[in-house]
Amino acid sequence: MFENISGNVLWFIACIFGFLIIASVTVTAMKRKNPQKNYRELGQRINSWWAMVTVFALAMVLSRNISLIFFAVISFLALKEFLSIIPTRRADRRVLFWAYMAIPLQYYWIAIGWYGLFIIFIPVYLFLFLPFRMVLIGETKDFLRAAGTLHWGLMTLVFSISHAAFLLTLPAAKGSPAAGAGLLLFLVFITQANDIAQYIWGKTFGNHKIIPSVSPNKTWEGFVGGMLSSCVLAAIIAPILTPMNFWFSILAGGMLSLAGFIGDVTISALKRDVGVKDTGSLLPGHGGIMDRIDSLTFTAPLFFHFIYYLYY
Amino acid sequence: MIKILRYMFFNVLVRFVTLFVLGMNVRNRENLPQKGPAIIIANHNSHLDTMVLTTLLPARLLPLVRPVAAMDYFLKNRYLAWFALNIIGILALKRERPKRGEDPFANINEALKNGQILILFPEGSRGKPEELSAYKKGIARISQNNPDIPIIPVFLHGLGKALPKGESLLVPFFCDVFIGEPFKWSGSRLQFMQHLETVMTRLAKQGHFPLWD
Repeated sequence: MFENISGNVLWFIACIFGFLIIASVTVTAMKRKNPQKNYRELGQRINSWWAMVTVFALAMVLSRNISLIFFAVISFLALKEFLSIIPTRRADRRVLFWAYMAIPLQYYWIAIGWYGLFIIFIPVYLFLFLPFRMVLIGETKDFLRAAGTLHWGLMTLVFSISHAAFLLTLPAAKGSPAAGAGLLLFLVFITQANDIAQYIWGKTFGNHKIIPSVSPNKTWEGFVGGMLSSCVLAAIIAPILTPMNFWFSILAGGMLSLAGFIGDVTISALKRDVGVKDTGSLLPGHGGIMDRIDSLTFTAPLFFHFIYYLYY
Repeated sequence: MIKILRYMFFNVLVRFVTLFVLGMNVRNRENLPQKGPAIIIANHNSHLDTMVLTTLLPARLLPLVRPVAAMDYFLKNRYLAWFALNIIGILALKRERPKRGEDPFANINEALKNGQILILFPEGSRGKPEELSAYKKGIARISQNNPDIPIIPVFLHGLGKALPKGESLLVPFFCDVFIGEPFKWSGSRLQFMQHLETVMTRLAKQGHFPLWD
């Protein structure tokens, strides 16, 4: 235990639990003060946060491989949600089975540190193999739709998300207070904090809609407020968890905020297209797994390459 | 010993499959029975139907749960028969026409008298995946014989995609479970069957299901 994790990372995890305690106490106080108001969804959301943070923290602290399994499970649940809400073809049952099988393999490449295969396995080999398997079955009706949607799901929910997990295998960069676990924590914390900040700024000052045809609740005020908050937060926590200097951490905060927003509305567009409000019901108050990791599907690969290019 | 095996089978293996490999979105869980006797009826698309319905109930009710299953299919060889009778705990039902003076539902009535919870598929057999076939009228006769026992209608979607008839490879899909309000014998078989039809159609309409062709 703790062998893969530096003191800073442990302290930071403890701080997140501190925030959760503050959030829970605040909601309880709000309930006492305004008993007539309905705080059910807010309460549910915070309880789900408790569950998510606890599982994530446990996985991080226990060992690197358990963290990798944790991310593989996230990819599995998200891909399952995706395949359950989109149109699929009866003929493709066996193809979908192979798509699921890609998950343990993709995370296995990470576990053995095979960067070269990790980075091309899904974009090249599965991209070639799955349509081939479909052709062998021989159903040509809606072939392009089936091949395209399946690959899109694998790219966003397995390939992209696995970039967050790959951070764990990175050693501490020169002058960095923490190894890969610190980078992962930075990525996940800023991405999720940006979601929350956007939501709070939007609820409080939101007025001008930013992209009403996709996501009617998103406003410019929420977007800009979220970006400012993320830059400030990034500048504060980067020295604790990452090798980035002041200006690079501001840049990372802004980039994560923008990418997180785009990831969020991209999944919203998908949900609009297939006609569902939430992708599932696994996380009360949030929806499904895909609703929670929507931003991460865009922030994870971008942040990974940002860090990988600059420091490794 | 067999009781322990059955307990382990459902609460470890089956729960792992229904909760993790598949995953369930359950609507109106509060309509489920909290005690026996009761009859749970559902549409039938897959062997997984029984597994999902059993694990919807709390583990303490497992000793009472008896899926009603076709004798000719499940008792066709001794290994399957042992598994079906002891582990799944089926109540075997003859599908062929009963002999004169024989009550095909005798063991069902008996089980309900003993406070058991029956799982019954009025479509008779697993139909084409994700399609409803006509309901058999036996359920009306069972209800007529046991007019005070609540019937809980359940509509399942997605299991026919995960493991359809004739396939042995399980492919994970979320499964939607819609549980309707319990009802009892209504006084006439025709009325009963019509009510059953309406209730199941209404439950099915609550869902929004993606195309599967």
